[in-house]
Amino acid sequence: MSGIIGKKIGMTTMYNEEGKNLPCTVIEAGPCVVTQVKTDEVDGYSAVQIAFGEGKEKNTSNALKGHFKKAKTTPKTDVLELKGFETELNLGDSITVEMFEEGEFVDVVGTSKGKGFQGVVKRHGFGGVGQATHGQHNRLRAPGSIGNASTPARVFKGMKMAGRMGGDRVKVQNLKVIKVLADKNLIIVNGAIPGANGSSVIVEK
Amino acid sequence: MNNIIRELQNEWVAEKQLPEFSAGDTVTVHYSIKEGNKERIQQFQGVVLQRKGEGIQETFTVRKISGGIGTERIFPVASPNIAKLEINKKGIVRRSRIFYIRELTGKAARIKEKRVLRTK
Repeated sequence: MSGIIGKKIGMTTMYNEEGKNLPCTVIEAGPCVVTQVKTDEVDGYSAVQIAFGEGKEKNTSNALKGHFKKAKTTPKTDVLELKGFETELNLGDSITVEMFEEGEFVDVVGTSKGKGFQGVVKRHGFGGVGQATHGQHNRLRAPGSIGNASTPARVFKGMKMAGRMGGDRVKVQNLKVIKVLADKNLIIVNGAIPGANGSSVIVEK
Repeated sequence: MNNIIRELQNEWVAEKQLPEFSAGDTVTVHYSIKEGNKERIQQFQGVVLQRKGEGIQETFTVRKISGGIGTERIFPVASPNIAKLEINKKGIVRRSRIFYIRELTGKAARIKEKRVLRTK
């Protein structure tokens, strides 16, 4: 799946031709640089490595420095391997938002906002106890039973319980591209995408 | 708000301008409604309680009393569905959000009118 790396700018609203109010997200995407081209002969499969975001040289590993040097570019923060680009790409080529068209549907991958340690009601959508009286005391949002007694005499793996929530890799599928502003490297999609403003996202075609 | 978003919003919102109005004014909003293929214009007359937000996201709340029941409607300022906005009265109020008017009825709910010199 081909794509581009970008940064979430924030959300706003827009009106379409029918006068309908659309919630939309602005993403600053690209221009990304091709830092490595993998081929069937050398690597056993074909793919393209792209990079985005100005980075510092002291924070870049020597291995990546070599990639950036070969592509004749500055150190980048985000590096990603993708395949399925329509056009053939060479080392040092740049990928811009022009690869997207208005009206097509894209997937956006990001890291969701961290919520900290959360209970089962927020984390897994449990209903809670649902009753404040009839003997309930400070257990309105409790998970209830987590298993049986002597058989199986243990708690099954993967049991939905309280814990750390958020900060996961999340993909939102089928977001409509409302606008592509090539001169500003912006792409505007309909709907929300995961992550905080300023976080790095991948827009997949 | 992010600068890039503010810049974009300014581009989008510049197309249409409503007359100046603020909280305390009595306005009539002509709002076009689509029913199937037909389009008709509905009027909503009442007192502006507040203006909120900025740019394309700015909205205003209009309150009217219909049949003894208070009704409030929120309109986006930049909406293309607002065909016309008439200002019936300019009110004198001391705050930008006049939610206290919800508690008042009858004579107490009146708002002092600003006298405007008519030029003819």
